[in-house]
Amino acid sequence: MSTILKVQDLVTRFYTFDGVVHALNKVSFDLEEGETLAIVGESGSGKSVTMMSLLHLLPVPPAKIEGGQALFYENGNAVDLLQLSKAEISKVRGGKIGFIFQDALSALNPVMTVGRQVSESLIEHLQMGQEEARKRTIKLLDYVGIPGASQRFSNYPHQFSGGMRQRVMIAVAIACNPKIVIADEPTTALDVTIQAQIVELTQRLQKELNISIIWITHDLGVVAGMADRVLVLYAGCPVEIAPVDELYNHPSHPYTIGLIGALPRLGEVVSKRLVSIEGSPPDLLEAPHHCQFAWRCQFAFDRCWQEIPQSREISPGHFITCFYDVNNGRPCNDA
Amino acid sequence: MTPEKIAAQTMADKPEIMVRVENLKKYFPITRGLIFSRQVGAVKAVDNVSFVIKKGETLGVVGESGCGKSTTGRSILHLEKPTAGKVFLGDTNLASLNTEEMRLMRPRMQMIFQDSYASLNPRHSVGKIIAEPMVIHGVQNFNKRHARVMELLDLVGLDPNHFDRFPHEFSGGQRQRINIARALALNPEFVVCDEPISALDVSIQAQVVNLFQDLQQKLGLTYMFIAHDLSMVQHISNRVAVMYLGKIVELTNRKDLFHSPLHPYTQSLLSAVPQPDPETERTRHRIMLEGEVPSPANPPRGCVFHNRCPLEQPVCSEEIPEYREVRPDHFVTCHLADDKGGSRIPV
Repeated sequence: MSTILKVQDLVTRFYTFDGVVHALNKVSFDLEEGETLAIVGESGSGKSVTMMSLLHLLPVPPAKIEGGQALFYENGNAVDLLQLSKAEISKVRGGKIGFIFQDALSALNPVMTVGRQVSESLIEHLQMGQEEARKRTIKLLDYVGIPGASQRFSNYPHQFSGGMRQRVMIAVAIACNPKIVIADEPTTALDVTIQAQIVELTQRLQKELNISIIWITHDLGVVAGMADRVLVLYAGCPVEIAPVDELYNHPSHPYTIGLIGALPRLGEVVSKRLVSIEGSPPDLLEAPHHCQFAWRCQFAFDRCWQEIPQSREISPGHFITCFYDVNNGRPCNDA
Repeated sequence: MTPEKIAAQTMADKPEIMVRVENLKKYFPITRGLIFSRQVGAVKAVDNVSFVIKKGETLGVVGESGCGKSTTGRSILHLEKPTAGKVFLGDTNLASLNTEEMRLMRPRMQMIFQDSYASLNPRHSVGKIIAEPMVIHGVQNFNKRHARVMELLDLVGLDPNHFDRFPHEFSGGQRQRINIARALALNPEFVVCDEPISALDVSIQAQVVNLFQDLQQKLGLTYMFIAHDLSMVQHISNRVAVMYLGKIVELTNRKDLFHSPLHPYTQSLLSAVPQPDPETERTRHRIMLEGEVPSPANPPRGCVFHNRCPLEQPVCSEEIPEYREVRPDHFVTCHLADDKGGSRIPV
């Protein structure tokens, strides 16, 4: 496996009337070929902003990407996505990187048939002719599990149910054989049985088309079964990144521990009191000069209030951004 | 089994019943024509639902969107007038009350809504919002009301000094606490919680759920807890009702529902819930349901679930299954359900 995307020290801020919103503070991660990386965090943690920054989808101003790089590797060459011009990035979007949004009804154009929306990117990116694009679109719609694809080609988005619309979005995302698909909360608006269908579909596509997936979610349950690695964000800072088993079995950042403890498990006979993280996320208008989680952290000590912790590796592939060693119950010396 | 029998049965093992619902129906008419409008059909949002809620317990109600769980809650409180059926709060039949009598009943039953922002008046201070039920229901003395507001704010874990702040100054979790304080202002016995935590972040959800449980212990409240998150419902409920297309398909205590579900829909729903454990997720067997929930305006004939059911038999599309007690205190609406696993989906 080789790295396909390498994001380093990404800093994004919003310049608003109320002040500067520090949306992302040095977010780094990499994505291997064929892997699923889950980005987990609460609202306002910066998980969507990360992806929108990479693809130049944020309105500038107020948004401004103030640092970092995002290297996209293709055939041995690396391109920094953040440095691309408008014309160059629109070739990447929808072409090499597909995107699935949370709200399929507002992401799809309501006055354009579903078929045209899928074939649009084929014509645009792969220079297909109308007829060829139509044939491929029908194949794609069929492939993502839309019954009667050739009849549904000329239907409008409102004629589809929520789950079916999400399937159309997936067809748009994979139309041009992308290397990476970014899914931003693709199942959050769906019911649990439909969610299971979409998750299964995504996993099948990944296996068959060998795409890398970045799955953004707030739900630690959904990604447990499908992700290879998980990145946890809190208030714009990466707090923990680890292989999926390692993260769920040995969470090591106090925030991740709290997050996993806050979830009830199905099948528990006696329910224990849920572990809750007291307080609420910090105001992002303040520039971080210490650990962002310190306010809510039960282990916080002097150092947490004085400097910003750096990411450190505690076991192979398992990084946390914390001064405290939870496993030994004492502050960590070598951080 | 008739609802009377169901009620009598449950009476036998625990005498105190908080709420009894008998054959509750709520149909929304579909009309056509602007001037000479006529009814051309009905959305059967709640279709013949019967159950009891015991005093001091939490009844969880789960189901997918559009299954009628919120409408059931609203109809019980008569926020929507039921099309048919009876609702008893204690011994009082709510349907028999006139407007004034109903108003006098309201303090005993309250509701907490999903959208904590939309349900608070943005122009009123928190103190005014929480005091409003007391103004309406005749607590005349200002000082008395103010003292009660302070007490309530403290009870739900907010700083009493924030009584003069406005809803937009609070976070989502705190706003939900304000909603809870307002609902508790008149010392209700029964609270319908309509998806109170779905809009909240995971770490805040746990705080609010813990608050609900603490309040229940302290004040002896009875909850009807409506949600779509099965893990959370399992956590908070004593008994759970599963709804599908306006009907209760299964109702039993928490342990039986989650360990030996009888209705095929419950089984597939449980198997679809993602678990925060990679090992379980990889090894578990998922029962994939084909298609999506049909429209409640045009439900399938016979059993409403038959067109998605992996165990479908000829009888399922012909006869409407009865809501019956298959095991003690375990109600199922399925032709195939029996005590020997006749409705178990093979793995």
